[in-house]
Amino acid sequence: MRTGTITRIPAMLEYDFMRNAFAAATIVAVVAGAVGYFLVLRSQTFAGHALAHVGFTGATGAVLIGVSPLWGLVLVTLAAGLGMGFMGEKLAQRDVAIGLVLALALGLGLLFLHFFTAYASQAAALLFGNVLAVDAQTVWTLLALGAISIVLLAIISRPLLFASLQPELAEAKGVSLRLYSVLFLAIVALTTAECAQIVGVLLVFALMVGPAAAAMRMTHAVTTGVLLSIVLATAEAWLGLTLAFYTDWPTSFWITALSVAIYLLANLRRPAAVRA
Amino acid sequence: MTAIALRDVRLTLGGRVILDTITLDIAAGEFVGVLGPNGAGKTTLMRALLGLVSADRGAIQILGRPATRGNPAIGYLPQIHAPSMAARLSGWDFIASVVNGHHLGLPLTGRAGRHEIERALDRVGARALARRPLVELSGGERQRLLLAQALLGNPQLLLLDEPLISLDPRHQAEVIGLVKSLQRELRITVLFSAHELNPLLGAIDRVLYLGSGQAALGTVDEVITGPVLSRLYGSEIEVVRIKGRIFVMSGGHELEGDDHRHDAHAPHAHRHHHPHSGHA
Repeated sequence: MRTGTITRIPAMLEYDFMRNAFAAATIVAVVAGAVGYFLVLRSQTFAGHALAHVGFTGATGAVLIGVSPLWGLVLVTLAAGLGMGFMGEKLAQRDVAIGLVLALALGLGLLFLHFFTAYASQAAALLFGNVLAVDAQTVWTLLALGAISIVLLAIISRPLLFASLQPELAEAKGVSLRLYSVLFLAIVALTTAECAQIVGVLLVFALMVGPAAAAMRMTHAVTTGVLLSIVLATAEAWLGLTLAFYTDWPTSFWITALSVAIYLLANLRRPAAVRA
Repeated sequence: MTAIALRDVRLTLGGRVILDTITLDIAAGEFVGVLGPNGAGKTTLMRALLGLVSADRGAIQILGRPATRGNPAIGYLPQIHAPSMAARLSGWDFIASVVNGHHLGLPLTGRAGRHEIERALDRVGARALARRPLVELSGGERQRLLLAQALLGNPQLLLLDEPLISLDPRHQAEVIGLVKSLQRELRITVLFSAHELNPLLGAIDRVLYLGSGQAALGTVDEVITGPVLSRLYGSEIEVVRIKGRIFVMSGGHELEGDDHRHDAHAPHAHRHHHPHSGHA
């Protein structure tokens, strides 16, 4: 027992499913940390949540027609993200309409599951995530999707930052607010679909919003903030997986608990500001 | 050299005529105060100069060229927004986003960009302010920082949209003094919109007063008169001068000072087309 903790850490990674889980969680955490920072900065966290709900319909619909739920998630969140981007600010103010659409999306997802009862057990996995069931092929898919998201984000990050911080000025300098809003929500959609593989559609906030919001409390600089957000998301994912391995409690629980705990800790700490 | 030339310009927003048959010239290096009731078109005029609103009729020329979006010769200070998550960033990171902000790539400033930001900050004495997060700055400090931002790219024309909103008189005077010295030292043209004329009296060369779709441009003595303002407000206006201060009255009720407190009292309160939270 005494030497147990030391020797069992490599032991944890001797399992294929744990290696896959760590690989998948790392990829997703890096992307979620970076994309989440901009999501929080733009005060669009609700969009991430909304896309995830809509994604549930896509995933269950895909299962119903015999396609991998990941692709259903990706396609539907992407379509919804682009739609939200094109509708722009008009949509952001209609919280009742959005709330109803989200409820309908989850309801439809449930209906699809009902029609295909053989896969009903997937409901829990879709809603709350099941990272321990991720196979090697999914890891590669996540890597490809993650690379697309992060490269796209890197390409548009400068005008996106400008448009997010100072929309009027950015517009005056010739930056198309609509274009970057649409592109960004497409990236958010991809990221949401990826996060859902780890923590499920209901808990994407844990990976996309928690680390980014905590990072924003801890630093006033953009570059440091993005990096810190990535580090926090990755640390939460790794620690969550490890705790899940030893406690046998669900990984998603640990990741959400860590996400909330770190956010609260970041809020306790007063930002290092020098009052002149 | 003419900084701004409008010829027979009509500006509309959502089918509503905001300004009509406006013809005016503003010379390079002038400091012009832009006044008028809420909805008179102060912001719309600035957006038209920036190329964000196109004229339905007539021609707008900026420094001899037609107004276009992304004109690097213009520095712009939009109205203040409500605080958001972005206000947690340091002043430096906030204003640095404008440097090459319209180019794709990572938001890294580079050495040349950093020098430019430092120069602009030094010019307004905001170097120390820029290290603090925006949320912790007072209104006056924030405006100083944003003025530095407007100077990035060495513009020849500054469009300042209501930079005095929510500032106390002391900070108002500070901002005006700063803009005045920038205008003199850099020999740039300044359009400065405001709700009240009095704080601007010592600084401006001319005043551009908007109202009822019309505009009057001239010195304070030429424009701030009963007949001219009566035409712009579409009602009987009296101008009263007390100890060097000017009061614009309508039926014994002061107009300018009340505009931003009671929108409904403004004689021509057109709806503004874009959100801004500056007015109560």
